[in-house]
Amino acid sequence: MKLRSYSVAGVMLFAALAAFFLFPYNLAFLTRIFIMIILVLSLDLVLGYAGIATLGQAAMYGAGAYAAGLFAIHVWADPFAGLVVGAVAGAALAAVSGVVLMRTTGLTLIMLTIAVAQIGAEIANRMREITGGADGLRGIRPSKILGIWDFDFIGVTGYWYACAVAAFVFGLLSVIGRSPFGLSLRGVHESPERMEAIGVSVFQRRLIAYVMGGGIAGIAGALSAQITQLVSLETFSFTLSAEALIMLILGGTGRLYGAALGTVVFMTVHHLAAANDPFNWLFVIGGLVLTVVFALPSGLVALPTSLKRLSKGDRHARS
Amino acid sequence: MNLLLNIAVDGIAYGMILFMIAVGLSVTMGLMRVVNLAHGGFALMGGAIAHWLIEKGGLPFVGAAALAVLGTVAIAMPLERVIYRKIYGFGELQQVLATIGLTFLIIATIDFWLGSSLLGIPLPETLQRSVDLGFRQLTAHRMTVIVVGCLVILGLWALLERTRFGILLRAAVDNRDTASALGINTGHIYMATFALGAGLAALGGILGAELLPIDAYYPLRYMVLFLIVVAIGGLGSILGSFIAALAIGLVETAARYVLPDMATIITYTLVILFLATRPQGIMGRAS
Repeated sequence: MKLRSYSVAGVMLFAALAAFFLFPYNLAFLTRIFIMIILVLSLDLVLGYAGIATLGQAAMYGAGAYAAGLFAIHVWADPFAGLVVGAVAGAALAAVSGVVLMRTTGLTLIMLTIAVAQIGAEIANRMREITGGADGLRGIRPSKILGIWDFDFIGVTGYWYACAVAAFVFGLLSVIGRSPFGLSLRGVHESPERMEAIGVSVFQRRLIAYVMGGGIAGIAGALSAQITQLVSLETFSFTLSAEALIMLILGGTGRLYGAALGTVVFMTVHHLAAANDPFNWLFVIGGLVLTVVFALPSGLVALPTSLKRLSKGDRHARS
Repeated sequence: MNLLLNIAVDGIAYGMILFMIAVGLSVTMGLMRVVNLAHGGFALMGGAIAHWLIEKGGLPFVGAAALAVLGTVAIAMPLERVIYRKIYGFGELQQVLATIGLTFLIIATIDFWLGSSLLGIPLPETLQRSVDLGFRQLTAHRMTVIVVGCLVILGLWALLERTRFGILLRAAVDNRDTASALGINTGHIYMATFALGAGLAALGGILGAELLPIDAYYPLRYMVLFLIVVAIGGLGSILGSFIAALAIGLVETAARYVLPDMATIITYTLVILFLATRPQGIMGRAS
């Protein structure tokens, strides 16, 4: 197990290094992938581990982005301080909304998570003097990272900065996932009744997971604010939440490398489809989603197992 | 006083539109237990077809609206048969994802067909005329919306309470498995209900185009609004959806009159607080 997780981490770092040298002209896009990986990882904690069905992870992402952006403009431009502020903002919003949301389940929960993100967008839109409204928040100029590396025009610093933050979040989540707390989240996911029966407060576990996920989504938002130097209302959009969910399911829930794999595959397909046909790429995305749901319900990470079982003639290859 | 009357009239008209669009969603969700995020797509289809028939075909408003509703039903039936029937058996998350995928495909299709600009549905002159209500002028269109909304709820009530189909549908909503074991063809009921819901959504989309403007991204923009009606009304309850739609229509309209900048925020906050205290909705059964 140990060896395997080290090799997975090694493969991913190697992929990051290879991508840097293979696609030097696409650094902005590659950096975007790292940011999305962090967002999808946060969703994996909330949905894959704790089983909280949410379509509003963008709410915390947006909160983190605006908080970090405003902090950089008005208080202190240090990037790491910005990440902390983003994480706190995301966690705070998740805590406030989670106290109410985590009492509901099913359709109501899904809908309320979307509603929270829409309220966020509405507030950002109305508080024009502070947030810039529909024009977006401009003028974010993060200072040098650790006082050494300046954010350059080509995006080399941004790339490695985002890569490092993504690696940190990945490591943090793999520790959390294996901790007793992470295991109890899996228990809450698989059988809330039994967890309640053995004396675990399901509501409390779900709330803690939601707040942690919110903090990580806030980091992703803060990172995007620092790297693009702009925060728009799109950070709160339903499409962002939905795409994060699609990436997670595409890769496979409950496994961190599944989240990373799904993000890379989805973002690449999205990028190529949008570049080839800027008007009709939504067909490709819609088709991709339906293919995943109907043909690959456990995601890409389950593909090798399914194929192996299929070749052995096991009829329950998909389960 | 005048303000209150204004809020009442506009809020009820808005609520009727919400009701027409969302009632089919509520019944299908209660009946098939499917989380359907693509429902707004049917309202969009209705609006888009009506727009095309009027602008390109030169048809009169009523004829175009009727054809558009029928056209939407004709699209919804095979869609139910081929795609939705498979989705019913999925887990919640898979349903969400599949219907999001479907929504994207509907948006892409309309975008490909008519572009992403606003799809206006011009009203005939008879509907643009003002009617004097004593305290204000009201367009005949608003009046029509309110009347049609009342007819829809009466028609649905008659259908459910007074026909054989209604009995079968209620049986299937109450307990799908028992109904099926008693020899009721639930498959046919699913398809008929789904088609009816889609048709009503199309009607609501066309009549409500003034309040909820039609363009390709319509299903995403108003998704939450329709889901809120269903969640507040209680899954599967027609009366619940009606009360919820009117309540939301009135609250949002009142907020728009009094605090225009805060309308959406106030409405959503009230919705969240309501659902936190009563998660099963007005008429829903506690699970």
